[in-house]
Amino acid sequence: MTRPARLATLAIFLLAVFVAVPFVIGLTGRTDFYYTLSSVALLAIASGGVWLTFYIGRINIGQGAYALMGGYVSAILVVRCGFSFWISLPLAGAFCAAASVLIGLPILRLRGVYFAMVTLVLTEVVRLLAMALSITNGAKGMVSIPSPGPISLFGLTIVPSFDRFAERNEAFYYLSVTIMCLCFAALYRLVNSRVGRLFVALQQNEELASSMGLNVPALRVLAYSISSFFGGIGGAIFVAIAQSIYPSSFTVADSVNFMLNCFLGGLGYVFGPMLGTLVLYFGWDLLFQAGQYQLLIYSGVMIALMLILPNGLLSIRPMSWRKRGRPLVWRRS
Amino acid sequence: MAPILAISGITKQYGGLVAVNDVSFDVEEGEILSVIGPNGAGKSTLFKLIASFVKPTRGEVRFRGERISGLAPHTVARKGVVRTFQETTIFKGMTARDSVIIAHHLRSKAGLAGFYLGTAAARRDEATFGRSADEILEFLGLRAAANEIASNLPQGSLRALGVAIGLAANPKILLLDEPFAGMNHDETRRAVEMTRAVRDRGVTLLLVEHDMAAVMKISDRIVVINFGAKIAEGTPAEIQKNEKVIEAYLGVEDETIGV
Repeated sequence: MTRPARLATLAIFLLAVFVAVPFVIGLTGRTDFYYTLSSVALLAIASGGVWLTFYIGRINIGQGAYALMGGYVSAILVVRCGFSFWISLPLAGAFCAAASVLIGLPILRLRGVYFAMVTLVLTEVVRLLAMALSITNGAKGMVSIPSPGPISLFGLTIVPSFDRFAERNEAFYYLSVTIMCLCFAALYRLVNSRVGRLFVALQQNEELASSMGLNVPALRVLAYSISSFFGGIGGAIFVAIAQSIYPSSFTVADSVNFMLNCFLGGLGYVFGPMLGTLVLYFGWDLLFQAGQYQLLIYSGVMIALMLILPNGLLSIRPMSWRKRGRPLVWRRS
Repeated sequence: MAPILAISGITKQYGGLVAVNDVSFDVEEGEILSVIGPNGAGKSTLFKLIASFVKPTRGEVRFRGERISGLAPHTVARKGVVRTFQETTIFKGMTARDSVIIAHHLRSKAGLAGFYLGTAAARRDEATFGRSADEILEFLGLRAAANEIASNLPQGSLRALGVAIGLAANPKILLLDEPFAGMNHDETRRAVEMTRAVRDRGVTLLLVEHDMAAVMKISDRIVVINFGAKIAEGTPAEIQKNEKVIEAYLGVEDETIGV
């Protein structure tokens, strides 16, 4: 796509998200969609993180661990330390990023299915940890977490307290999609900068990359910590919406879904996980009509999609778009 | 003059198997030195030991007096000891030009954050890398292949691409892994010319090679190893006359065919 075309696409997307969706919801009165779409936005942020680990050639089935971790960090800071939600949000992300550096240093040495297996276990480890610790209140979880308060700068209220909104979920919708746009903008810039090309170099051949002087272990950990930061942010906002968190708030099934969102949208495209999350979330709900066959149809369709469109939904594009597209196709190592 | 690379008593054991046994030799600045030996002699292991892709059991490699064995491969590359790979090890999904540009990373003045934000220093780096990549590709006769995806390139171009990637990292000494393997006469002749041209740019070359004819033509000095140990060292003329070398290459075969 050319630059004007890209800007036009961006403008249409922002208009749709910030103007059209609230307008349609206001018209139809289906305010429950604010909650649904907030969830999609937050899951998309976490999936965007998983996508970045795919981008360096690692299959990450452990994002649920960081979503859960971020959620608990935010909840503990707000409930036990009396922090404002707005301060707990970046701290939750930073905590997850720091934890992922410690976890990532040893496990990122593994490749392929071995790395995937360890990350799969990670979600379960964090869940059991949340059950066992006293600060997380064990299996009873943490409930009645206060809503985000106001943001004031120099005595001027920029964002009012979420309790003052008539429709609480509408406020959360704007929060979620704003953070989602920021996260994906950051991700887009990353992938299109030289840093992104270094990540592709890792994905394609780590030995060759280190032979040219790239600090492969450090770059791998950098990508993984950004990924986990996204997971923590997504989890923290989720907890603020639900006003509660339990060890089962994010499970292995969620971790698997984050990965599937990336596959479905397309591993070669930054915005793949966003589309993948949207389609998968609503696809699953629509299949509810099918009753007992829901899971059967769902998994059948997923398998078929992976066979027919191995590069994801975004690989179906007009030819004129594809010419300038990245030549990159994710390669199994 | 002090040697640019000093390998002393280097040994690598895999369990009970001694792959490289107490090998010592020096590489002088500006020369082309080849390590040869029959199949399974330990050439590849020795190559990985020098590039620090494998840690030695005993012994060490010194680059300009500084110990480099045991350091991470990327640290060794930063110091100026850069290895190339055989043609199967490339960035398959990238164009030749992009691969060479990436390989310039060592020379960047801007940090990762600078590249992310697109600072002036980062943009200058990008421009410099682009020009330098074009120059290297031209130098190695790859200009026509610059915008091809690497996996679509023929074998000969892939070898050259490997050397281009190595050169981009600005090496003082470049280690070439079997640069003439699987080439016909004509391709070998061109590769030999290319190797000489690289040396004339001021890069010291250490080759690990199988092709005797090419090695004799190109090398200033040759080190021969067999069963992991060094059996001879000298000029091509000396090596050709060396009894042990003749035995190593021909002796066993004589027995098997009953001559």
